[in-house]
Amino acid sequence: MTLTALLSHWLRNKVQLAMLLAGLTLATALWSGVQALNAQARGAYATAAALVSEDGASRLVAPSGQMDQARFAELRAQGVLVSPVVEGRLAVAETRVTLLGIEPLTAPQGTAAALADGDLQAFFAGAGFAHPETLAEFSAPPMPLSPSNAVPVGTLLVDIGTAQRFLGMEGQISHLLLTGPAPDPLPDGLQLAQASEGAELEGLTDSFHLNLTAFGALAFAVGLFIVHSAVGLAFEQRRGLFRTLRSLGVPLRSLTLALAFELVLMAFVAGLAGLALGYVLAAALLPDVAATLRGLYGAPVPGSLQFSPVWALAGLAMAFAGAVLAGGQALWRLWHMPVLAPAQPRAWAMATGRAMRWQVAGALALGGVAVALAWFGSGLFAGFALLAAALLSAALLTPPVLALGLRGAARLAQAPVAQWFWADSRQNLPRLSLALMALMLALAANIGVGTMVASFRATFIGWLDQRLVAEFTITPRDAAQAVALEAFLAPRVNAVLPLRRVDATLAGFPGAVFAMRDHATFRDNWPLIADVPDVWDRLAAEDGALINEQLARRANLWPGDSVLLPGAGSVPVLGVYPDYGNPLTQAIVTEGWFDRLYPGTPTRQLAIRTDDPSATRAALLDEFGLSAQAITDQAQAKAISMAIFERTFLITGALNVLTLSVAALALFATLVTLSGLRLVQLAPLWAMGLTLRQLAGLELARALVLAGLTMVLALPVGLMLAQVLLAVINVQAFGWRLPLQVFPADWAQLALWAGLAMIAAAAWPAWRLWRGGGGPLLRVFAYER
Amino acid sequence: MTLLALEDIRKSFASAEGAVPVLQGVSLGVAAGQVVALTGESGSGKSTLLHIAAGLEAPDSGRVLIGAQDMAALPDAGRAKLRRGTVGLVFQQFNLVPSLTVGANLAFQARLAGVHDPEFCAALAVRLGLSDLLARYPEQLSGGQQQRVAIGRALAAKPKVLLADEPTGNLDEATGDAVFALMLELARAQGAALLLVTHSARLAGQCDRNLHLRAGRLA
Repeated sequence: MTLTALLSHWLRNKVQLAMLLAGLTLATALWSGVQALNAQARGAYATAAALVSEDGASRLVAPSGQMDQARFAELRAQGVLVSPVVEGRLAVAETRVTLLGIEPLTAPQGTAAALADGDLQAFFAGAGFAHPETLAEFSAPPMPLSPSNAVPVGTLLVDIGTAQRFLGMEGQISHLLLTGPAPDPLPDGLQLAQASEGAELEGLTDSFHLNLTAFGALAFAVGLFIVHSAVGLAFEQRRGLFRTLRSLGVPLRSLTLALAFELVLMAFVAGLAGLALGYVLAAALLPDVAATLRGLYGAPVPGSLQFSPVWALAGLAMAFAGAVLAGGQALWRLWHMPVLAPAQPRAWAMATGRAMRWQVAGALALGGVAVALAWFGSGLFAGFALLAAALLSAALLTPPVLALGLRGAARLAQAPVAQWFWADSRQNLPRLSLALMALMLALAANIGVGTMVASFRATFIGWLDQRLVAEFTITPRDAAQAVALEAFLAPRVNAVLPLRRVDATLAGFPGAVFAMRDHATFRDNWPLIADVPDVWDRLAAEDGALINEQLARRANLWPGDSVLLPGAGSVPVLGVYPDYGNPLTQAIVTEGWFDRLYPGTPTRQLAIRTDDPSATRAALLDEFGLSAQAITDQAQAKAISMAIFERTFLITGALNVLTLSVAALALFATLVTLSGLRLVQLAPLWAMGLTLRQLAGLELARALVLAGLTMVLALPVGLMLAQVLLAVINVQAFGWRLPLQVFPADWAQLALWAGLAMIAAAAWPAWRLWRGGGGPLLRVFAYER
Repeated sequence: MTLLALEDIRKSFASAEGAVPVLQGVSLGVAAGQVVALTGESGSGKSTLLHIAAGLEAPDSGRVLIGAQDMAALPDAGRAKLRRGTVGLVFQQFNLVPSLTVGANLAFQARLAGVHDPEFCAALAVRLGLSDLLARYPEQLSGGQQQRVAIGRALAAKPKVLLADEPTGNLDEATGDAVFALMLELARAQGAALLLVTHSARLAGQCDRNLHLRAGRLA
């Protein structure tokens, strides 16, 4: 009976019920959607790791990036358990894939699993395996391929001989996988590379996933504001009912349990709906996330989502946790409510000055934590903790600061309606504070992330213009073709600038060493963040190396310091260059020195400087029969880079919009719920001669003013967020630091959206007030409320 | 001179069983300086009649004359304007503006109507015993004090018509008597036409005229 009486409230307040369920559903959906994306990606990294290595296995690599296949036989004969791998990029029509050649008899267990259901005879004869999504990309596969979910997306798994044939690496292998203990001492000319590809991906993409998780948590928190607001207001509305039930002899324990059961019931319903919505959301966002991870990190993430029971249970648990977190205060207050507590609806507990003072104290304490973290903290988690503390502090400060602003406005107001407007807005602030805090957080996140992305875009475009000065680049089929191409082009163009690289561990971080030809193209255009005097002359004189910003920041190496290069020992750092979009460390030495350090390293690309690109291109096509894909012109390269950039932040943009939508919903839920309580405050004004239209207009205006003031508060918070993202999070996550740039036009657009969201949230209650014909207001005078 | 005249007022409300008549041709008039009590059982239509007189509710038929103007024929904005400048309302629940101080509440309607007289308002506050409470908020006052603020607010605009719906219904007898006496005295002093809805025969007995409403008709 008690439960029936409690639940009857929701039957009479269906919109309020819908808002509560919507809040919890959205919170669960956004959180579990993000978790589904993360789990899917991490599963893909694990697949990639399992395919090419034992758990924690190392590999033996040659500084030049290739070694003779005879090294494999030689080491096996010495009893060293190794397995050869040939790896390279293969272009098939429009599709570019990684070709991974293995030797099945000595390969690790993960690889064996990928082959378990396949035809080994056909595999040895030239057939391969690929993920079903990769298979779908080929209209004419380069070899017979069978589907296998154990192969990462974008990879073709073939026999080592097949890979050598396709990559033009006859007699050569890329590296040796250690399937047993590492030999001591290491074989001549070989180095031990510790991390496997999957583990590297896991480490490299951690920041991306942490970023997603942070957004998911923010959206979850914003969603909980709705739930807290709806549960709290329902509690206020049911005070009379609680009093009646207690007076009729219902024990406090039964009443509290009934209320808790009601909460659990709603959590269950909303949790299930949230999971379904989260799954749909993740499935919709996954293609973009997968494209981002492939573009940014080369991570093989499939674009289709797989259902996991663990994910579903975790999502449901979050819904329950959220419901308890948001509704716990109501249960606590019921437990401590005297039997004959007044039935008059009253403002939220925060309405009292004391509660506000506690709020300010909490905000200042969190602000102090944020400052301490900014000063003493280091690492990605400290960065996110700083963001969380600063955002929460700002959110807690929002109602007191708004109250101050409204008090000031009330003092300046002269007309009676204006005085009432400001005073009434201030009085209602506590009831709206949770929704306004949610709006402030959503707006600040939008401004912060938007500013970060726009700053990044502006810097990135400028950087691309400097880096991509070559008219076009050619990707030769193999080393021999590279030599032939260079010989052919040298007399026909202004410059041929070969790109050669070897994988290397630099200051303990995975990366590569590049060769750079001494040429005006680089001297005039290559951007540098920090350098020594005469940097280009000294580089040409083999006095040292240039390093990328990622290496500089991770290892704290700057001009004047020294960096350990494989084969060269410790060399001076001559300059640091920005290298956006690359997660790995890099060092550059001059071409001659590189060739002496890493002899036999093939040229992977040729950058061409020419006054007549189309004629050169035509000559190349005639002479070498190069495919169109082998030649990339400057515009194409820029377009590809910008596409990768935009795609990287697509998911961020989507989450931004979703968070703002959740905040708008929080406002709508609060304003609809409050509209009943507002009648008592509006009825006297109507009786004294304000029209319903004026009252409805004032309600709309109040919503707009509060949205405007919240936007003003969100602006500095958003800029602070952007600064932390650019100066702390990006540096920790990606290894580069960008200058903060401001884009007021974006803010104006966001303010417009916030205003529209607020009008949308306030329109329905205002419309009901206006078109209600005064009936609801009359009831204020007629009955005890 | 009749300041408030209700002519053949009819009003019914829709219900599941069809239209339920509440007022069935009620006519009455209140002259300047006159105090008329309207009594009746619960549900007899007293409050509905008062709301119609104030222009808060429209009758199904009939005329509501405030001076020479027919309130019932005006649109919402016209009724609001007439109410603002000509009618003072006092409710059982006080219905003060909770976000404004006592001083601001007292002056609110007069300022809204553009007839605010600070000296008159100050004198009214003294007369109502509120001059020490002007900076307080309604929630900080007792019921009797709140009702005095409500009366002061209604009178500060010097209305021609004062409508009071159970103004002492929420007060104890002694406080209610004091508040009622004060309201009568001030209304008479201003020459306002006062229509008072009450359950109390004792209070009704102090009025110039006593009308009894039964089943939607004046008895």
